[in-house]
Amino acid sequence: MTVAFDYTRSTGPVIGRFLTGLRDGHVVGGRTSAGAVVVPPLEFDPVTHEPTTDFVEVSSVGTVTSWTWVPEPVKDQPFDRPFAFALVTLDGADVPFLHALDVSSPDEVTTGMRVRVRWAAERTGHINDIACFEPVAALDEVEGGAGGPDRARPQPRNEAATEQSRSGDVPAAPVTGVVTRVSLDYDYAASPEESLFYRGLNEGRIMGQRCPTCQKVYIPPRSACPADGTPTEEEVELSQTGTVTTFCIVNVPFLGQKITPPYVSAYVLLDGADIAVLHLILGVPADEVRMGMRVKAVWKPRDEWTFSLENIDHFAPTGEPDAEFDTYKQHL
Amino acid sequence: MGKQPAAIVGIGQTHHRAKREDVSMAGLCREAIDRALADANMTLDDIDAIVVGKAPDLFEGVMMPELFLAEALGAAGKPLLRVHTAGSVGGSTAIVASSLVQAGVHKRVLTVAYEKQSESNAMWALSVPLPFNMPVHAGAGGYFAPHVRSYIRRSGAPTHIGAIVAAKDRNNALKNPYAHLHNEGTTVESVLASQMLWDPIRYDETCPSSDGACALVIVDEQTAASSPNPAWIHGTVMRSEATTAAERDQVNPQAGRDAAAALWKQAGITNPLEEIDCAEIYVPFSWFEPMWIENLGFMPEGEGWKLTEAGETAIGGKLPINMSGGVLSSNPIGASGMLRFGEAALQVRGAAGEHQVEGARRALGHAYGGGSQFFAMWVVGSEKPSN
Amino acid sequence: MRDVAVVGFAQRQMPEFDGSPTCVELLVPVFKELYEQTGWTRKDVGFWCSGSSDYLAGRSFSFVQAVDAIGVIPPVNESHVEMDLAWAMYEAWIKIQTGEVDTALVYAFGKSSAGVLRRTLALQLEPYTMTPLWPDTVSLAGLQARTGIDAGLWDERAMAEVANRSLTDAEKNEYAIRKGGSSVDELLARPMYADPLRKHDCAPVTDGVAALVLAAGDRAREVRDRPAWLTGIAHNVDPMGMGVRDLTRSPSAQRAGAALDLDGVEVAELHAPFSHQELILRRELGLADDVAVNPSGGALTSNPMFSAGGIRVGEAATRIWSGEASKVLAHATSGPALQQNLVCTLDAATEGAGN
Repeated sequence: MTVAFDYTRSTGPVIGRFLTGLRDGHVVGGRTSAGAVVVPPLEFDPVTHEPTTDFVEVSSVGTVTSWTWVPEPVKDQPFDRPFAFALVTLDGADVPFLHALDVSSPDEVTTGMRVRVRWAAERTGHINDIACFEPVAALDEVEGGAGGPDRARPQPRNEAATEQSRSGDVPAAPVTGVVTRVSLDYDYAASPEESLFYRGLNEGRIMGQRCPTCQKVYIPPRSACPADGTPTEEEVELSQTGTVTTFCIVNVPFLGQKITPPYVSAYVLLDGADIAVLHLILGVPADEVRMGMRVKAVWKPRDEWTFSLENIDHFAPTGEPDAEFDTYKQHL
Repeated sequence: MGKQPAAIVGIGQTHHRAKREDVSMAGLCREAIDRALADANMTLDDIDAIVVGKAPDLFEGVMMPELFLAEALGAAGKPLLRVHTAGSVGGSTAIVASSLVQAGVHKRVLTVAYEKQSESNAMWALSVPLPFNMPVHAGAGGYFAPHVRSYIRRSGAPTHIGAIVAAKDRNNALKNPYAHLHNEGTTVESVLASQMLWDPIRYDETCPSSDGACALVIVDEQTAASSPNPAWIHGTVMRSEATTAAERDQVNPQAGRDAAAALWKQAGITNPLEEIDCAEIYVPFSWFEPMWIENLGFMPEGEGWKLTEAGETAIGGKLPINMSGGVLSSNPIGASGMLRFGEAALQVRGAAGEHQVEGARRALGHAYGGGSQFFAMWVVGSEKPSN
Repeated sequence: MRDVAVVGFAQRQMPEFDGSPTCVELLVPVFKELYEQTGWTRKDVGFWCSGSSDYLAGRSFSFVQAVDAIGVIPPVNESHVEMDLAWAMYEAWIKIQTGEVDTALVYAFGKSSAGVLRRTLALQLEPYTMTPLWPDTVSLAGLQARTGIDAGLWDERAMAEVANRSLTDAEKNEYAIRKGGSSVDELLARPMYADPLRKHDCAPVTDGVAALVLAAGDRAREVRDRPAWLTGIAHNVDPMGMGVRDLTRSPSAQRAGAALDLDGVEVAELHAPFSHQELILRRELGLADDVAVNPSGGALTSNPMFSAGGIRVGEAATRIWSGEASKVLAHATSGPALQQNLVCTLDAATEGAGN
């Protein structure tokens, strides 16, 4: 079973400022009231609790302050092969920041090593605009592309200066939101009582169980009878006909809906059960469904059966006279 | 040994909107917190402990978000609790926060409840398909609509009662600057003319989906002495029953009845209709007003709708209900219960502005959740409780 | 403050529970066991509180169905925290302190094996700049462990000593899912896993449930000859950011401990899911060398999510009940790298109860 959703997060001004920086190819920290430059900036100051407003661009080169090897990456991590996570204090910042470090073995990492940001090919205003950190060869830093000591360890620049240095560029709108996909896979298991129920459905039967304490017949059977906490025990095969206790007519479309509205979602009290199940009523115009209507299960073709209540396609009227209100009023 | 007296001296809430895209989760919470602290004439540094409440973590896609929020909420270096009791959570959270004071453990407790529904889709988060199960549900409305039908059948209420509630609450919301919906000109007729969504529930009879937060500052007797208008807690109750049980009464649930009975007893109230001046009740679908009027014991079973029909639940009536516009006008799920509790406190503090009930001295705050199986309630008063 | 004691404890732990994510099937027998321990029925319980996580279960409102295990007709006074059992116990302790109730049963459940636990827990992180990288729990602990190694505060040998002692002690714990000590040298000879962590430095993925019973004053004395009196309880939280805290420390654990009188503690059950975290906790709590740490084997040998902190309380309480110890300490943690911590003391005497 997969639980997945694309969350649309509004970032607020502080995280937004950081992500805007990433999109534009620079790393922005925030200065706290105590004077420390923190990357990513804290939304609120830890001492004054005021929103962070003092932003500082820091270098994209920094020093590893701690690292760990990731021998078996999990889904959606920056690499699908072994890599390192590292805490890196960027030059100009006072505290480290977490990201992946692209090295091929733990032997290639040491605390104190110099690393730099490897930017993603396409930047959108997301933490993954930084693809990862990568090692800076000692030689590179002194003589090569990262330039001399002045460029490797720049003084923090303030915002105004940063903006000025890029005057002439057309400023893109600041980042205010970010989309994060959260997708988790779960192994679903059923309780023994549920298993009985689903096995029955796979055989075209509706199986309930009676609670040994209160004698009520539950469908589906329960690992704990909600009235008294005892597992339901004695197996009871239920009738395939029952009574609509109450219902609503669904006229509204919604995400994930499988049937075109209008349709009736109803509580059906199967004969012999002490609790109603929620199911569809079809085979009758929605506005003709009534409380007390007698209905029967209509199964899908046998070759479509699985271990699911969906094996019953819907319930349809039997044509019998409606049940008296008194026979089901205690189930409302 | 009894409970120590406790009072609400600070109340804050956000402007509730469908999407508060201007703020992060921390920013949303802080908007409410900062208003509550300003109201209490305090800063975060004055606070001893923080209690956070919100509905399912799947709404925002963060597991136990209070952990990442801890610093922004001023909780770092302090005790932090996170409550989650389904839709009643805003109420339960306020009760847990007040119990920290009533137990004599803390003197100044900040509590905040929030929901940022726009980060996801509530109907999705509520109906994550489980293997084997029948996916016929239609979100919260589809869950509750059959029970509304049952209520109408059992009580014989005229079918326009729901529209009376909706029109009243939407008009009350016009007097509340924080409310999400400000629908001018809502009438019983316009509600009846709105689309039928989950028959018998119409579009205008449903709550919106909101981003929002609510925060309260709850303090001990000594601290409350410096507040000009503390709202004293006269009683708090939480009750739970099963979600699905054989022959469970889903129209008038026993947990709600038991909770109300215990609450009135704690608060020394024998005739709630006479002794309660106004109530903020969790009414996400209009028909739940008459249902809860009965469940709470304000009226005999089957007669709650008569109070509504007679106009007695409007401001100026015998028992004004949801003066703020209620859940029908703002519904940041996790915060909705705390908003009810906070609005009740605003009333007895005489601080409810345009939607103030004149002379309100004792008010009810009420929340419920899940499939009407979790209840949280409190009674607050302008006077220190005598018991 | 009222005198409140832990008078009941039951647990189930396993590598993989073949049942529903709400673990109702495990809670029913655990409650039964507690009724046997206390001589109570569910109607003797004044307040119920549970701890669990929707993301662990993969569904919203996962605690809702677990309530059925209580049997809730008539309805009950009940609450839920999206936290470990230890904090559910804290809420119950508070409830008893208000005088509203005299007794409580608190429980927690978690099927950690339903998903990939170390990945699921990445959802606990700051959602804008951390979670999208999916830093797993083991990696965050590895960063923390290395910080202390680099600072010279501990080394791999010290970590292996913790693991070896835990695995050895777990042999006597029927519930531990990993057990069998060997020697520090043998553990150090095992391959590195998430450098600087070896597998035995990390808690095993564990499914399970646990429950505790609290009672005030005479209600506690009716249940046990030697109730484990909760003489102190405090909890605290640190900022989450990995950059802004000193990872070699846990200030929140220190603060919680400092709020209590820890003099004379003989046994400490510390919730340390990684070996180096026990070393941090010992230091933050100022535990002397003669304090027996984790005689149960601790979280390194069994760590059911949302129960394991409360299990520390239960394991500590049993040392009081049995007469083995007169004063014990229990600790629970939550969040990445010891972010949130709860500490309590349990005492054979009520002296000073309620701190």
